[in-house]
Amino acid sequence: MYKIITKKRLNPTVTMMKIEAPFVAKKAEPGEFIILRVDKNGERIPLTVAGYDREAGTVTIIFQTVGATTRLLSMKNEGDFIQDFVGPLGTPTKLDGLKDVCIVGGGVGCAIALPIARRLHENGCRVTSIIGFRSKDLVILEDEFSTCSDKLIVMTDDGSYGRHGNVCVPLNEMFSNGERFDEIITIGPLVMMKFVVETAKPTGIPCTVSMNPIMIDGTGMCGGCRLTLYRDGKRITKFACVDGPDFNGYEIDFDEAMSRSTMYREFELRAHEKSCNLFKEVK
Amino acid sequence: MPNMSPKKNPMPSQDPKVRAHNFDEVAIGYTEEAALDEAMRCLSCKNMPCVAGCPVNIHIPEFIAKIKERDFEGAYKIISETSSLPAVCGRVCPQETQCESKCARGIKGEPVGIGRLERFVADWHNAHSDAPPEPVKSNGHRVAVIGSGPSGLTCAGDLARKGYQVTVFEALHTAGGVLVYGIPEFRLPKAIVQQEVDNLKCLGVDVETNIVIGKTLTIDELFDMGYEAVFIGTGAGLPNFMGIPGESLKGVYSANEFLTRSNLMKAYLDDPVTPIMKGGRVAVVGGGNVAMDAARTALRLGAEKVYIVYRRSLEELPARREEVEHAMEEGVDFRLLNNPIEILGYSNPDDRRDPRNGFVAGMKCIKMELGEPDEKGRCRPIPIEGSEFVLELDTVVIAIGTSPNPLIKNTTAGLNVNQRGGIIVEDATGKTSRDAVFAGGDAVTGAATVISAMGAGKHAAKAIDEYLSGK
Repeated sequence: MYKIITKKRLNPTVTMMKIEAPFVAKKAEPGEFIILRVDKNGERIPLTVAGYDREAGTVTIIFQTVGATTRLLSMKNEGDFIQDFVGPLGTPTKLDGLKDVCIVGGGVGCAIALPIARRLHENGCRVTSIIGFRSKDLVILEDEFSTCSDKLIVMTDDGSYGRHGNVCVPLNEMFSNGERFDEIITIGPLVMMKFVVETAKPTGIPCTVSMNPIMIDGTGMCGGCRLTLYRDGKRITKFACVDGPDFNGYEIDFDEAMSRSTMYREFELRAHEKSCNLFKEVK
Repeated sequence: MPNMSPKKNPMPSQDPKVRAHNFDEVAIGYTEEAALDEAMRCLSCKNMPCVAGCPVNIHIPEFIAKIKERDFEGAYKIISETSSLPAVCGRVCPQETQCESKCARGIKGEPVGIGRLERFVADWHNAHSDAPPEPVKSNGHRVAVIGSGPSGLTCAGDLARKGYQVTVFEALHTAGGVLVYGIPEFRLPKAIVQQEVDNLKCLGVDVETNIVIGKTLTIDELFDMGYEAVFIGTGAGLPNFMGIPGESLKGVYSANEFLTRSNLMKAYLDDPVTPIMKGGRVAVVGGGNVAMDAARTALRLGAEKVYIVYRRSLEELPARREEVEHAMEEGVDFRLLNNPIEILGYSNPDDRRDPRNGFVAGMKCIKMELGEPDEKGRCRPIPIEGSEFVLELDTVVIAIGTSPNPLIKNTTAGLNVNQRGGIIVEDATGKTSRDAVFAGGDAVTGAATVISAMGAGKHAAKAIDEYLSGK
């Protein structure tokens, strides 16, 4: 059992928790993920590490309430326990030697981008952060990003806060002004990452994406998280859990990944409705 | 007087038509009377050919002699001397190619039902005996076992009985490895695996779940923590795919994923938390025991039609005969000498939002014929030109084996692996290229059987004991 040390709502649907998990805290690096189960008969869900405190033995997770399991998790409080918490899994984001990086985060993906921005900033790298949200009330981690970014641009789709438009707008402007980076690291919804990759492509700047496909074991056993990459004209299969979750964005078959991510959409809708009804009854 | 009936006492089983729709155990097990009657068929041969056929050398005629005396607990004690998991082995061992293949009664008629008797004894013990195993005096040495599947549990059990302080590290949330995530409830009830794990805990074995060695901790760190020897029993790894178009369509599973969802995550229950595609038309590609498990699971999940698609003939089908027969009785349709060449997806050109888009619609196969035997003596299947056809499907499960997991190899300097990625060991001892590190089971051999993994765990336990007592 793993104790919830702190809990904070970052916006109406995004929650941050610090979980007591000393073994994971000792090893976790930016870009890695954990798998958790909320209770005994729960589902296994992967969440990318949003932070860690090696001394306190805690790992920070930030998640959006999207399905039954994240809803259940969001109902837990400080002092409560979650059943299972295993990690760190995957391979850390490669950050060594980078001097000038553009981080592009979208929605709850900003939570995963933050530890990367922090690490780069600590390494003395110039960090340009572009973080995008649907609207003002969904903006998270702005202060945190401002402390580790040389330049921070906040975007909202509806223009209710920061600049109006999606994350590709300022990226395009910078490219037109001749700005270049050692690397672009983008984390967010699949469709956003796809467009960031397309925007970056003409510049040839390396573009790393963080994939978050459906997973079960997270250790390279089930193959559910497989992705198709195009490399040297060939289609190859990679597993996000052991080969990723970071990949070269130019190689990823995003359309396939987007299609696969909807495999259980109907099931999830039903489970979501059911859990909503359950909470209504309790109230 | 021995019972000279040429036939085994039949195994009472659920009716195929009924069991194809439930997850209860297929074989019900011998009654005391049937067990006694079957035991009387054993001739107690002096040279005990059966024992040599058992990878863990269970003293078979001795335990059967105890059954004849109705001393079932005594029989259990004899089995436990050499086997850590009797209730499991009695169910999933391929006895027909091991102990029973050497039985003298098999020359004229059927061999003694050794597996059925083993299962009877283990079940009798679990139902009647609540005496915990006698505690063993600790010898103060600590050993780490990585993986709680059959090889790890066996190695841990054998070492614990010798007084070692053993910790088993498991990556998943439940101990048991393939016994829990892979083999379905109807073939091996999970309560039985849990009982075997509990028995080991009574012996003083510590089981730590949610620890991924190679990530959470490395092997070098285990030594730093005070473990003096390490056994790697991490099992088979990444599932293989065929490399044909359409394998990433929605509705295509590896057998590992399909079985893990159903078994470990209990997606077979009526109101599961973890989803799985149920019903419809399902094809399982492959011919091993895992393929049979997947096909029979699909049936029980409510499929209207289940195919096994295998590129060779019945003769070459690698699954246990009993499993194949069970699958056939339950209505699985065997499409032999058929090879998949493409998985076809549904796509509605007029409606991009059609929810069926991107899901499996069928699988294009080609008929095969058998050619000359290959280097292993198995006939090579050759496609028959122009014989392509399409099976209409909703789900495809690919059960064509696995490749070793890279996590430990990548984080353990000096651990040598072969070209395939399997850990290289000395056969008889499981010694790896690293001092004090031993390995066994599928992590070494690639996908094999539960009992061969147990045999490897057993040999490694002996070698670890010799290594540490010689220190």
